[in-house]
Amino acid sequence: MQKLLAWFDDRFPLTKVWKEHLAEYYAPKNFNFWYYFGSLALLALVIQILTGIFLTMHYKPDTGLAFASVEYIMRDVDWGWLIRYMHSTGASMFFIVIYLHMFRALLYGSFKGPRELLWIIGMVLYVALMAEAFMGYLLPWGNMSYWGAQVIISLFDAVPLIGPPLAEWVRGDFVISDATLNRFFAFHVVAIPLVLVGLVFVHIVALHKVGSNNPDGVEIKKKKGPDGIPLDGIPFHPYYTVKDTVGVAVFLMVFSAAMFFAPEMGGWFLEHDNFVPANILQTPPDIKPLWYFTPYYSILRANTVNFLWIPAKLWGVTFMGLAIVLFFFLPWLDRSPVKSIRYRGWMYKTALAIFAVNFVILGYLGTKSPQDVSLLLFKNVYWAQIGTILYFAFFLLMPLYTWLDKTKPVPDRVTFK
Amino acid sequence: MLFLLAVMPTAAPASGTGVKLDPVDIDLHDKTSLQNGARIFVNYCLSCHSASYMRYNRMGHDLGLSDELVQENLLFAADKVGDLMKAVMPRDDAKKWFGVAPPDLTVISRARGPEWIYTYLRSFYRDDKSPSGWNNTVFPNVAMPHVLYEWQGHQRAVFKTEHGVAKFEKFELQRPGTMGEKQYNDAMRDLTNFMVYLGEPARLVRYRLGILVLIFLAVFLVFAYLLKREYWKDIH
Repeated sequence: MQKLLAWFDDRFPLTKVWKEHLAEYYAPKNFNFWYYFGSLALLALVIQILTGIFLTMHYKPDTGLAFASVEYIMRDVDWGWLIRYMHSTGASMFFIVIYLHMFRALLYGSFKGPRELLWIIGMVLYVALMAEAFMGYLLPWGNMSYWGAQVIISLFDAVPLIGPPLAEWVRGDFVISDATLNRFFAFHVVAIPLVLVGLVFVHIVALHKVGSNNPDGVEIKKKKGPDGIPLDGIPFHPYYTVKDTVGVAVFLMVFSAAMFFAPEMGGWFLEHDNFVPANILQTPPDIKPLWYFTPYYSILRANTVNFLWIPAKLWGVTFMGLAIVLFFFLPWLDRSPVKSIRYRGWMYKTALAIFAVNFVILGYLGTKSPQDVSLLLFKNVYWAQIGTILYFAFFLLMPLYTWLDKTKPVPDRVTFK
Repeated sequence: MLFLLAVMPTAAPASGTGVKLDPVDIDLHDKTSLQNGARIFVNYCLSCHSASYMRYNRMGHDLGLSDELVQENLLFAADKVGDLMKAVMPRDDAKKWFGVAPPDLTVISRARGPEWIYTYLRSFYRDDKSPSGWNNTVFPNVAMPHVLYEWQGHQRAVFKTEHGVAKFEKFELQRPGTMGEKQYNDAMRDLTNFMVYLGEPARLVRYRLGILVLIFLAVFLVFAYLLKREYWKDIH
C-alpha cells in the first residue's frame, strides 16, 4: 500500500493535495450553524449533476416530445419519479442553501479583505446558478416554462438599439420554440454545469489560499503556534468532515421530507400551471418565476414609470441587473473596520435585518399579481417599490452607515464554547 | 416539520371564477374507489379525452387488476394492455366538432387540483345560449357538454345580480337522473380520486418510501452525531 502511494506521489501530488486541502487545511474551530452551507452547496451540486445525468438519458429536447418524456420518466422509467423529484426538489434546496451561505457572508463579513476575490467568484457562481436554473426550467416544456422564458427573454428587447434582434438571437426564433428548447438544453446540460464545476474548484482554491473566516471575524493565521499551525485552527479532516456529516444528515432529512411528502410544495417548487403543456395561445393568468427569482422579479415589476425618456421596462431591467451587480461591490462598500456582526454597532445590524426581511417580502410579492393587495393597505406594486428602495439603500448607504457605526473591540483569539 | 409537510395541501389553485370549490376526500388507499373511478374514466372520459402518458397495464397493476381483467373490462380504445391510454375520437375530428381539442387528462389533477375537478364534474347546468346546451359554473362557456347527465339529471343554475354582476347562487334540479345526489357525488369522488392517482402514480409509494428513508436518516444522524462528539471532545 505504501509503495503504491509512493508510486502515485512520484507522478501526482496525491498526498500533497490531501494534506493541503483536507488533513492539514486548518479551519477555525469556532464554526457555528451558518458554516454548514458551504459543504451542503457542494452536495447539492453533486445531487443535481448525478440526477441530471439520469434524467438526460430519458428526456427528449423536442417541443413535440419534451412534456411527454417528463411524464414518461415519472411513470415508465424505473425510479424515474424519484430521480425527477430529487432534481426538482434539489433545485430549490440548492437555492435555499446558497441564500443561507450568502447570508452567512453578510453576517460575519466573509466578503471583506482578504476574501474579496473569493466573494466575487462566489457571486459569479450565483449568477451562473441562476442561468442554470432559468434554462432548466424551460425543459419540462410546461406552460409556465414557456411563458416564463418568453417574459424573461423579451427583457432583452428593452436593450437600446439592438434589443429586438438581440432577443431574437437568444431565442433563435421569433418566439420561444424548438430552437430555444434545444439551445437551453445544451446550456443546461453541458455548458453551464462545466462553468459551475470549474468555478466551484476555483472558489475552493481561493478559500484555501486565504483561509476560512469565522463567526468572530478573527484572522486565525495571525496567531500561530511554534509549529506554524494557527492556534485556533483545527484540521478540516477529520474535525469538519465528521461535523459536516451531521449537517448532511439533517439536510437530507429536510430534503427528503420535502421530496417525499410535498414535491410540489403547494406550487412553490413545482408550479401548477407547469402541468399544462406549453401553449403559445394560452397565457397563464399569472406568469411568475420560481421562488428563488421572485425578489428580482419584484424589483423588475416595481419600475412602472417612464422617466428621462427611458421606458419603464428598461428601468426595470437596469434595476434588476444592478440589484445583482451591487453584491459584487460589497467588499468596497463596507467601510467597517470589523468583520463580524458580533462586534459591529446597531446600524449594520439594523440594516442587515431590514435587508433580509425585505428580501423575503420582495420574494413573496414576486409571486403575486402587482395589482392585488396581498399585504396591508396598498397594492403589491407599491410595496414592491418601497422594497426596491430599501434594497438599494442597503448597498448605496453602506459606506456611510458602516463608517458611522460604533464597533466593539475584536478579541485576539476566537471565542469558543 | 414532517407533519407540517404531510398535512399541507398539495394543490390548491383557485378556481379563477370566484366559485367556491367543494372539498373532496382523496384516499389513494381506497382501491375500490380507484377501480370505480377508472371504470368511469375509461367508459366516459376516454371517448374524447386522452390520458396519453399512462399505460393500461400500469394502471391495472397499481389498481390491483390483472392484465386479463384490464383486457376484458377496460380496453375499449386500444389493442394491447401495454398501450398508452389514447382517446377513441381522433383529435382533429374533436377539434372540428367542439371547436377545441379536448385536453389530455393525465396530469390535469396536478394543474387544477382535486377540488376543482370534483366541483367541475358536479357543476354542469342547462344553458340554451351555449352551443352544446350545457354550461358550467366552474368553467364558464366550456366546450364540453355534460356527459354524465343521465346520472346526475338536468340542473338549472340560479344567479343573483349584485352590482350589475351575475353571481352564482345555487343549482336547482329540473329533471332527476338515474342517480340520487349522494350517489352521483360519490361516483364523482371516485372519479376525482382516480384522476389524482392518474396525475401521479408515484403517490402510491412515495409516502411509505419517504418514511423509511427518514427513519434511516434519523438513525444515521444519531451515529453521525456520536462520531462527531467523539472526535470533538478534545477540542476546547
